[in-house]
Amino acid sequence: MEIINLEGTEDTPRVLFDPSKNIFEVSGRSLPEDCAQFYGPLLKWLDGYVAAPNPNTIFEVKLEYFNTASSKMILDVLSKMETLKEAGKQVTIHWYSHDDDEDMQEAGEEFAELVEVPFEYKVY
Amino acid sequence: MEYVHDLHKLMVSKQLVLVYEGEFTQEITKSVLSMAERNLESVGEEEGIKRKVFNVMVECLQNICKHTDQYEKINHVKDSAVFIIGKEDGDYNIISGNSIHNPHIAGLEEKLKLINSLDKEGLKTLYKEIISNTELSDKGGAGLGFVDMARKSGQKLGFSFHPIDGEYSFFVLKVKIGKDKEK
Repeated sequence: MEIINLEGTEDTPRVLFDPSKNIFEVSGRSLPEDCAQFYGPLLKWLDGYVAAPNPNTIFEVKLEYFNTASSKMILDVLSKMETLKEAGKQVTIHWYSHDDDEDMQEAGEEFAELVEVPFEYKVY
Repeated sequence: MEYVHDLHKLMVSKQLVLVYEGEFTQEITKSVLSMAERNLESVGEEEGIKRKVFNVMVECLQNICKHTDQYEKINHVKDSAVFIIGKEDGDYNIISGNSIHNPHIAGLEEKLKLINSLDKEGLKTLYKEIISNTELSDKGGAGLGFVDMARKSGQKLGFSFHPIDGEYSFFVLKVKIGKDKEK
């Protein structure tokens, strides 16, 4: 499968999806004006991955800020992980927040309530 | 030139950290954000407050980009709105003002009143309900902006509508970020 490797910008996150190395990471800031345009291709790529996944997927979310339109798209991304889990694959979300960022930690806990995938909370 | 001095005095007395008037685009949003961010850093503001102010600013600025009704276009002037960050008793006020077509007021007012009627748990429930049940609008909004601002603020959203003419009004929104969010 093709690798997705996007550099972060001031309003879009860094994204690295590399199935051969089993790395799936979204990090930085996600505040694009047109979130569908940014996340659309990523969701499409994930559909392809879900069709031919690795046995154990760890999806890392290390965001500093995201806007509400991004939060809707992040839920869509996490829902793809839920589909993987339903197909019997092992999936874990690693949700990172700064140690004093309660809002980011809480955002992770809320996503965990919305999708049936195990979350592990990490501090960085 | 007297108005320059008056404007400066007003900004100082109202403790306005940043005032921007004019066209709002994503490029301008990014510039305003980075300016405010540097400002908060230079005064050594604590991380938690900085993050909340930043988050509310993003939602507020992107709301203006997406939803300012085209009053100015009809009047052959560029879309213009105002965005202000001010301080009041140690709290930050994030304030926006933009034109709204009068028929849109009732729906907006209803939404803001609903948000203001909810406590922390109620806002969380509403947030989860909206995020699970709605798609992004054709303007790219998730319908979550005001709910998110209210959650980050922990206080009621301030808002008012001021008539411009028979068809349009000026919508002012004020979001407070304080050290003690339960205040």
